[in-house]
Amino acid sequence: MIEISGLEKNLSGNMVLRGVSLKIEKGSTCVIIGRSGCGKSVLLKHIVGILKPDKGRILIDGKDITLLNERDLDVLRLKIGLVFQGGALFDSMNVGENVGFGLIEHDRIPQVEISNRVEESLSMVGLSGISNLMPADLSGGMKKRVALARALCIKPEIILYDEPTTGLDPISADSINELIKNLHDRINITSIVVTHDMRSAYKISDKIAMLYQGKIIAEGAPEEIQVTKDLVVHQFINGLAHGPITEKLRLL
Amino acid sequence: MFDNLFIIIGRHVISFLYFVGGLANLTIKTIQLSFSPPYRKDRIFEQAKKTGLGSLPLVSLIALFIGFIFALQTAYFMQRIGSELYIASLVALSIVRELGPVITALVVAGRVGAAITAELGSMQVTEQVDALETFATNPVKYLVVPRFLALSLMLPILTLYADAIGIFGSYLICVFRLGISSSMYLRVTFESLWYKDIFTGLFKTIFFGMIIAIISCYEGFNVKGGAEGVGRATTRSVVFSFIMIIVADCIFTALFYFIFP
Repeated sequence: MIEISGLEKNLSGNMVLRGVSLKIEKGSTCVIIGRSGCGKSVLLKHIVGILKPDKGRILIDGKDITLLNERDLDVLRLKIGLVFQGGALFDSMNVGENVGFGLIEHDRIPQVEISNRVEESLSMVGLSGISNLMPADLSGGMKKRVALARALCIKPEIILYDEPTTGLDPISADSINELIKNLHDRINITSIVVTHDMRSAYKISDKIAMLYQGKIIAEGAPEEIQVTKDLVVHQFINGLAHGPITEKLRLL
Repeated sequence: MFDNLFIIIGRHVISFLYFVGGLANLTIKTIQLSFSPPYRKDRIFEQAKKTGLGSLPLVSLIALFIGFIFALQTAYFMQRIGSELYIASLVALSIVRELGPVITALVVAGRVGAAITAELGSMQVTEQVDALETFATNPVKYLVVPRFLALSLMLPILTLYADAIGIFGSYLICVFRLGISSSMYLRVTFESLWYKDIFTGLFKTIFFGMIIAIISCYEGFNVKGGAEGVGRATTRSVVFSFIMIIVADCIFTALFYFIFP
């Protein structure tokens, strides 16, 4: 289980997180929604320990990761896969080296086994046989799939997705959604998905939480969120140009 | 008006201190991680190849022309006082003690340092540096240490090579244009050079290599604002490397002159 409580973070004088609290059950898929720039990606980076909070705790299976030293944090990081928004593939390496990076760097296993694991991960995302291509040769959708394969290759217990469908055409976006859902159903992995794509959120989530002004202002099952009476959430999930979110911005 | 002036000065002082602190922090981390396992010889070798072998053509060309120019400029005065023979010793000493190390370092800072900043900067803006961390890989250990060791190792070797090419350039001018005999030129050159001259020239280049690696990696890691930020950081990296190389050269020259004369 992942338990975040009272998380605060100030980045260059901007209070991005103002006391985020959220619980994510083991094996569930939680989707965090919110406007662009509201701190969703910052929250993910805290969960994987790239950023340290100014205040608050993040418990993963009972361990407070904010108190871990660098060595223990590294052990924990290898149980978490993060799929970056733009893929963040290492452009000096080919697809195979990218996908197998975690194994090459940390596991003393034979090259043949690494190649098998790489191929297995690539086939899970429907991209077998492209190990020798370079990231520059891939389309946006393929990059996201390869990034997912790279995260899967280390066999993580938790997987974090940063806007997995942003910038993709509707068909590619839906195939990524299917992929996330299939992975969850097949290997019962705990997933946190950050997105502002509501179609995707309804399709893949067990729970939706909305981040607004540095706090989680609403959380619940997709059906509950869809019928919410909260005006801010209502405006966001229905994509309305007028409402309390834009009104507040206009007044500022 | 004075309030604004103080604010501007204050901001510059703070940002300078922040820069110096950042460089010191990265240097300490890099040195610590250089001595901690695992030692990735393949990555160091790869960087050494990129920085060393890749710079050979440019260093050769510049060193050769420096040799030509320096021989001609020295000849202008030496001919007036009838001491053409001493061109060889003057050129050899100047190149080995000063011009070879500094010119090589500046060439490498411009060619390799800029490339390092651009590469690391692009990795930073496309979140590849963060991706390394998520795979429990320390970016300093993975990206900075191999470049730091490769540059500290390759710069003395490149300098030694540049010294030889520079002296060869001067030899060509003196022997084929000024009529000094080949054997005389070589004898005067080697008689005037002491081991100490070569050693002091090469010793400081180890530090020049460190300076280039640390500044270029630091600027790369601190890129903000996409492609424009990468361009700005690359310029800063080259400018600061040039300044720091000249400052360090001045300190080493004073040190060798006053303390180890």
